[in-house]
Amino acid sequence: MRKNGVKMIKIKAKDVDVFYGKKQALFNISLDIEENQVTALIGPSGCGKSTFLRCLNRMNDVIDICSVKGEILINDFNINDKSCDVVRLREKIGMVFQKPNPFPKTLYENVSYGPTIHGMAQSKQEMDEIVETSLKKAALWEEVKDRLHEPGTGLSGGQQQRLCIARAISVRPEVILMDEPCSALDPIATAQIEELIDELKKEHTIIIVTHSMAQAARVSQNTGFFHLGQLIEHGSTDKIFKNPDNKKTQDYITGRFG
Amino acid sequence: MNLILFTFIVLLGFTSYYFGRRKAYTIQSTKKRLTALPQFYGYYLAIWCAIPAFIIFSLWAIFEPTIVKLLILSDYSNQGYLDDELNLLYEKSKALSRGQFTGEITPFIEASAEKYLSLRSIAQSSKVVIVLSAIIASVAYAYKRISSNSRTREPVEKFLNAVLFTASLAAILTTVGIVFSLIFQTIDFFKVIPLFDFVFGTHWYPAKAFVRDSSEALDPTMYSDTFGAVPIFAGTFFIAFIAMCVAIPIGLMSGIYLAEYASTKVRQYAKPLIEILAGIPTVVYGFFAALTVGPFLKELGTSMGLEVSAESALAAGGVMGIMIIPFISSLSDDVITSVPQSLRDGSYAMGATKSETIKRVIFPAALPGIVGSILLGVSRAIGETMIVVMASGLAANLTLNPLESTSTITAQIVVILIGDQAFGDPKTQAAFALGMSLFLVTLCLNIVALRVVKKYREKYE
Repeated sequence: MRKNGVKMIKIKAKDVDVFYGKKQALFNISLDIEENQVTALIGPSGCGKSTFLRCLNRMNDVIDICSVKGEILINDFNINDKSCDVVRLREKIGMVFQKPNPFPKTLYENVSYGPTIHGMAQSKQEMDEIVETSLKKAALWEEVKDRLHEPGTGLSGGQQQRLCIARAISVRPEVILMDEPCSALDPIATAQIEELIDELKKEHTIIIVTHSMAQAARVSQNTGFFHLGQLIEHGSTDKIFKNPDNKKTQDYITGRFG
Repeated sequence: MNLILFTFIVLLGFTSYYFGRRKAYTIQSTKKRLTALPQFYGYYLAIWCAIPAFIIFSLWAIFEPTIVKLLILSDYSNQGYLDDELNLLYEKSKALSRGQFTGEITPFIEASAEKYLSLRSIAQSSKVVIVLSAIIASVAYAYKRISSNSRTREPVEKFLNAVLFTASLAAILTTVGIVFSLIFQTIDFFKVIPLFDFVFGTHWYPAKAFVRDSSEALDPTMYSDTFGAVPIFAGTFFIAFIAMCVAIPIGLMSGIYLAEYASTKVRQYAKPLIEILAGIPTVVYGFFAALTVGPFLKELGTSMGLEVSAESALAAGGVMGIMIIPFISSLSDDVITSVPQSLRDGSYAMGATKSETIKRVIFPAALPGIVGSILLGVSRAIGETMIVVMASGLAANLTLNPLESTSTITAQIVVILIGDQAFGDPKTQAAFALGMSLFLVTLCLNIVALRVVKKYREKYE
């Protein structure tokens, strides 16, 4: 989204290095993410695109041997700073994973999980509203409104993934990170999720890691190409796919490796 | 003699294996393709050696004593002896032939003892001849039969299948046998003592049944108010309850710590250390409870002005709880660890802290498994004997005061069966009745626990 023709930058990564023990996984990544746009991260397996995504909500903290260096500014605040409250950060930055991972609870409890731990609802009514809007935004409400109190694990794969999206947006995050959200789904469910992503970008900034170049071309406005832990090239999706500057990008896009 | 024969048969088995394999190699050297690897031919021949030997040995073991007995007793059959007397005669001559007879030796007995010896030696030598000739015949037949296209792999596999099946059958039959021996004695017990008195009676005093002249006839009325099992059932569940009050919180929390908080290094050392607790013999726990914890509690109680028995339910239950900690901690650690990482990631990504994630996501997901581990712990607590015998006293008081001594089912079985006991006496049969009820209680607990654990497994696999 441009205001007066100026790009609004939501996330600014500066010289990010990531190490797993002694092995360096990411080298000097600097990348700007535009607000209310879909940014796709593409590249061959093991290139570091998921690692970079996990840096943005500090999910790498969970892994003991992982260390992150460099600055990541979200709304001009460095999230790698000691003063950063991870709980508040993750409230602002939601995440959807590769494999649908609904909690073994009811649909309602799955969606109300985030609002509950962040104390966002004062009454049962408010919570009901949050659950309903979240499920509506995730295009799941019509399918599940009569069985909100059945277990979330009983849904189909595509429904489970939309439930996870509803869970992520229930706390009104500014950014949603998606780590190959469609790789475990069939083509129809994939199309539904892609449609949903297009809808969600009106209110959220979306970063999606994907293996499928066709998907990147379909859903994203900006694309970054990773290779062997380096950000080779980034820019508008049109440019990356039609007229990339780098030979490696060209080769990957045309399917010569990866 | 049997041992030498047995060794010889084993050697024959190895030899036939060798011959079978050699024949396979010979066939192979004529450029014919074998239907199985050469060693299958060897196993095939060894099986043909083992099966006849096994069949003849078992038939012999079943029928030899009966036949020998019939032959010896046929001498006396026309002399008007009763069955019992005949049996006695037979046992006497058998003992004499072994040189273990100490009574008066009559010529009759001496003669049958000699006959017994000669029959035995005939039986032995004919056994050797029959077994060896059967083996040689069957191995020779099989050796002739095997050729390049004879099937050896299937029979060998079938044989292995049968051996493994027999092994598991033996385990199952033992269980069934134990249950049946319990059932029959229990039924005998309830013929004398009404079931109602046993289940609802509140006075357990089996020693009263001792004070009976064995020549006196059984008089059911004198046992009324003697075998009321309520106090010992209450004691059992009470001590198990105290044990679980200790074991569940400590076990569960250490399980959660090991699974979620401990670093790999701490876990690597802490887990085996906790599991060492499970390796301590219960008799050691028993004297720890009786000689350390019991007196300590008594002193502590006295200093606070409480009256504490040196053998208290609290001491026994507390130490039993310590014994059960490793079961609960280790099992719950396993179920918590097997909760998929994706659920943790999902919760963390929502901004949940570690304790929130454990409380709201991991614990509910692992709950069936944790409940299963607790139920297994309970059935261990109910079946535990040594600690209770040593630390909780043997008087079956009906009390809910943890500072008094009380007794359990297992401890009462020990009390009843230590020293001399007469079979067919209600007091001895009471032990079987107790054993049966204990078995039923733990069986139910185990079934519920396994069901719960199974349900949990289905969820994630």
